[in-house]
Amino acid sequence: MNILRKKSAANVPFSETVIETLIRLCGVSSIIFVFGIFFFVFREGAGFLFNGLDLGEFLTSPEWYPTSLNNKRYGTLALILGTFSVTTLAMCIAVPFGLGAAIFISEFCSPKLRETFKIIIELLAAIPSVVWGFIGLTLMNQLIIAVFNAPIGLTMLNGGILLALMSVPIIVSIAEDALKAVPDSYREAAEALGATRWQVTYRVLLPAAKNGLLAAVLLGAARSIGETMAVLMATGHSVNIPSSPLSWIRTLTATIAAELGEVARGGEHYQVLFIIGILLFTITFVVNLIADLVIKGIRQQ
Amino acid sequence: MLKMDHARYIIICILVVLVCGFAIIGYSPTDSESAASKQSAQIIKNKGSDTMVNLAQAWAEIYTGLTNTASVEVSGGGSGTGVAALINGTVDIANCSRQIKPKELELATQNTGKTPQEFIVGYDALAVYVHHDTPLDKITITELAEIYGEDGNITKWSDLGVAHENCPSNKIIRISRQSNSGTYFYFREALLGKTQDFKLGSLDLHGSKDVVEVIGRTPCAIGYSGMGYATSEVKMLEVATAPGERYYAPNLKNVLAKTYPIARPLYMYSLGEPTGEAKAYLDWILSPAGQKIVEKLGFVPLANK
Repeated sequence: MNILRKKSAANVPFSETVIETLIRLCGVSSIIFVFGIFFFVFREGAGFLFNGLDLGEFLTSPEWYPTSLNNKRYGTLALILGTFSVTTLAMCIAVPFGLGAAIFISEFCSPKLRETFKIIIELLAAIPSVVWGFIGLTLMNQLIIAVFNAPIGLTMLNGGILLALMSVPIIVSIAEDALKAVPDSYREAAEALGATRWQVTYRVLLPAAKNGLLAAVLLGAARSIGETMAVLMATGHSVNIPSSPLSWIRTLTATIAAELGEVARGGEHYQVLFIIGILLFTITFVVNLIADLVIKGIRQQ
Repeated sequence: MLKMDHARYIIICILVVLVCGFAIIGYSPTDSESAASKQSAQIIKNKGSDTMVNLAQAWAEIYTGLTNTASVEVSGGGSGTGVAALINGTVDIANCSRQIKPKELELATQNTGKTPQEFIVGYDALAVYVHHDTPLDKITITELAEIYGEDGNITKWSDLGVAHENCPSNKIIRISRQSNSGTYFYFREALLGKTQDFKLGSLDLHGSKDVVEVIGRTPCAIGYSGMGYATSEVKMLEVATAPGERYYAPNLKNVLAKTYPIARPLYMYSLGEPTGEAKAYLDWILSPAGQKIVEKLGFVPLANK
């Protein structure tokens, strides 16, 4: 291998060296960016994180009073629960729809229909989140008031439905890839044994693709955890321990978005918002890591 | 094969050189052009309070139409954002719905070497809004403190003596603002002084207009926002400082007479004593012509001196 490389290096044209270097730089830059962002977020929050912040209170108290004049309290429990509850609700809606759509597209529909579906689903992924938020604020708000007789429609349910719609495209495209990656010989073997199409899907394809499907769900969940604008507009943005899908909530991301614009740079509140950033970074990192390990599991199979 | 590669490489090189060349050639005329236009119209950068953004926009549009020596660029983002930009020296005038804090004043002086100058450009009365179906016309600051305050006991419309037919849950939905907006600070201080906090669980909306918009769609809601944002969907309540006191409607007369209890001045800050175009702009804002626009947008103009 080494000899081969050396040999080829001697008569490789200059242009190729340039292109190779450029490509290598692109690859390295993404790593640099990730670490750069992490370093920046950490640097802004670190001062208060290690010196002054009561981490126990930060994680377990629901009292979020960052601008109180004489009794500042930085408890994010309500925000953490808000993020998790709305994400869970979104996944409860998005997973059946997403996986169902993926199974339909990859196994049950005609090739022509498949292309149409894929384009439409990609279109769904292209809608900006602020537009989703606006739909939540106006249309869904009134719909929820009318259907559930709720006093106000800016609720966890509203945000959950929006997040579900936003993560369905991700789930569908990754899950469909996973189903496609199952070798055709599996399908042929099952059909040869006299299995119906549904039996093939249910008994053969789903178990064979389960890691890929799990990865699809986890990446969809990561998308909903990180979403900001739509939940800021649709969930009511209220510090509140959620008790039902109709309670109004506030998420970690929305808190950063709403408050960072007007805090004094370098102050305590500013640093706490960056610590929330670190917390979010950790959560999405863990979710992505799990998804990655799961995908790796597929490859080894 | 090798020859092909070389040829392609040379073509790419030529293309790169051409693009760079065009970029350089293309850049210089626009540069001189913008320099020329700068001579004819100086840009005044104006940023800050969300409450004031509509007003600042209206001023900017009309002023830019009146004069050909200056154009005004307005952006919102909040009082804090405006002051932060002032501290960094990136704006000429900052809009602020609260007074600048001593610490910010010090930072700005330290950073830019110039002390921010304060101008009161009008008044804003915070109106207490409810849905137009709500059978309630008057409220006291004491009641508002009980509704919004941390230790407050009023949570239902019936606690206010209101039989609210369109709100079957009877629960008062508190609409508030994000906890670092100038409006939030001012309303909290007006209700609770400097020692107490608001109850958690209010809907903290992001913008003066959103507050009115949401209240207009929500029969159970109560909220506060600038007087200028009223729509036909909402109702403004008359406010008294305490039970037994006289109630005052949020209108020009009562704000100017300082009888309406929740009104505040609106500020503009310039870096140092304003000069040139910025001075001309501020003078125009304070003139009767500029103050007429204040009134037109639902704010309260300065009293005629």
